[in-house]
Parts: sequence; C-alpha cells; structure tokens
Amino acid sequence: MMAEQLFWFFAGTAIAAALLVITLRNPIASAFCLIVTMLSLAAIFFMLQAHFIGAVQILVYAGAVMVLFLFVIMLLNLGRGESDRKRAPGILAAVLLVGVLASQLVPLSGYSRERLALEFSRSTLLADPAIVFDSTMNAAGINPARATQERGVPGDIAMPLFQQYLIPFELTSILLLTAIVGAVVLAKRRI
Amino acid sequence: MSLVGPSLAVSAILFTIGVLGVLIRRNAIIIFMCVELMLNAVNLTFVALSLVYGLTGQVFVFFVMTVAAAEAAVGLAIILAIFRHHRSVDLQNINLLRG
Repeated sequence: MMAEQLFWFFAGTAIAAALLVITLRNPIASAFCLIVTMLSLAAIFFMLQAHFIGAVQILVYAGAVMVLFLFVIMLLNLGRGESDRKRAPGILAAVLLVGVLASQLVPLSGYSRERLALEFSRSTLLADPAIVFDSTMNAAGINPARATQERGVPGDIAMPLFQQYLIPFELTSILLLTAIVGAVVLAKRRI
Repeated sequence: MSLVGPSLAVSAILFTIGVLGVLIRRNAIIIFMCVELMLNAVNLTFVALSLVYGLTGQVFVFFVMTVAAAEAAVGLAIILAIFRHHRSVDLQNINLLRG
C-alpha cells in the first residue's frame, strides 16, 4: 500500500536525521538534520489527517525556531570544535538509562483499538466504546471526514480552539509577551 | 492498516533519541535542539491519538508549539548571555553552582 510505504519512508528519514543530530560534531550540521526531522514529521502529520498541524509544524518549527537556532549558532561562531561528547563511562551510563526508557516506551506501539476498547469497557468512564473506537466517528460522535468537508481543514481545529479552549488560547498571548520581554532583557548587554 | 500504532513507535524512538542526546552531549545548543526533538516526538503522540479520541489532541499540539517557541527564544537568549560570560557554551565549564 502506497500510504504505508510513504509513512515508513518518512519515519525512517526522521529517525536517521535525529540520530545524526546527536552524533554530528558540527552544530550547524546538527541543526540542518533537525530541520529534516521536523519536515519528515510534518509529512507524517499530513498522513495522520492533521493538515493544519503539519502546516504549522513547517512554518513555526522548521521555519522560525530553526532559523533562530541557526542564527545563534552563527552569531556565536560555533564552528567545528573538538568533540563535545562525554567520556566513555558517561556514554555507557547514558545508553543504559536510555535503554530502560526505550524498553518502556516502545511497547506503546503494540497499541490496538481492541485492547484499548477492552480497558475502556472495564473502566468507569461513561463514553460508549462503539463511538470512541469507530474509525469513522470521533469521540464527539462527529465523522471527521464529513466535518472537514463542511468547515475546511483549519475550521476543524478552530472550533475547539476558540470555544472550549478560548481562555488557554488567550493566555498563550501573555506567555509570548513574557517570552519576548524575557529574551530582550536576557540578551541585552546593558538594560 | 491504522497508522496509530506505528506513529506511537516512531514517537517513542524519537523521544528516546532526544533523551540520549541530552545525556551524551555537552554543547548547550545541541542539548537544546534535543529538547525540541523530544517536544516534537510528544506532538506526534498527540496527533496520532487524536485520530482516535477527537481533535482535542491537535489543540494541545498547538499549545505545545507555542510554549516551545517561547522556550526557544528565552533559552537561546540565556545561552547568548552564558556565552558572553564564559566565552563557551560547553556545559562542563559552567559549574558555578557545584558545591
């Protein structure tokens, strides 16, 4: 199936580029590999029917945030220095720790609707598993494909964002203002 | 075949790579990039599970992105200030709080 092959292609690209991010010595090369990871993730978002999130991922992450990173790397002139990796005992401890973490996280991929539905039926939640786990309906009983046809892709996410989550949305503007002020105060030589 | 399970696997692997990067590198900017990588991995989990549980997951991704952008701006400003003080972004040289 075409979609599945594309998914694995982008997943492989994302993981390979992520490995390059943590192994390459030159910070600029690392940053470019991180951009590749983020673009692959955006493609995966498109495949998961999250078109708006995919577009924002490209605009905000691969665009704005990474430009900021590259700008700072070049401003500080952090070219190819000597290796900044830790010594062997540190790396060994890190790999052991990460192995424990991976052994707990990766089994999540054994996720299946049937198993979750089983756990759902045992819990005291009042949602109907038939609605939650029916692929054409989401939890609100709305068919995502038809809702998207009616409102367009951004309209889909705008409804909860501007109704149920309006106050958190407004709070993010305060957060951004604080971040602007904080960044200027920290980066300025003399206030 | 549903893409939810594979997406969760990719997300777990990316998060683990991010943690490994934070643990084995000493360059502050690369550690920062690994934190962004972990945030992206969590976003992938949110988007994958939003296929099952409805669009609220995507709204959360929106908020995570806002916080990540703010964090990147402030964090890079801090790194800039540290570089001005120490002439280096190697975290091994920054041990003022060590007892």
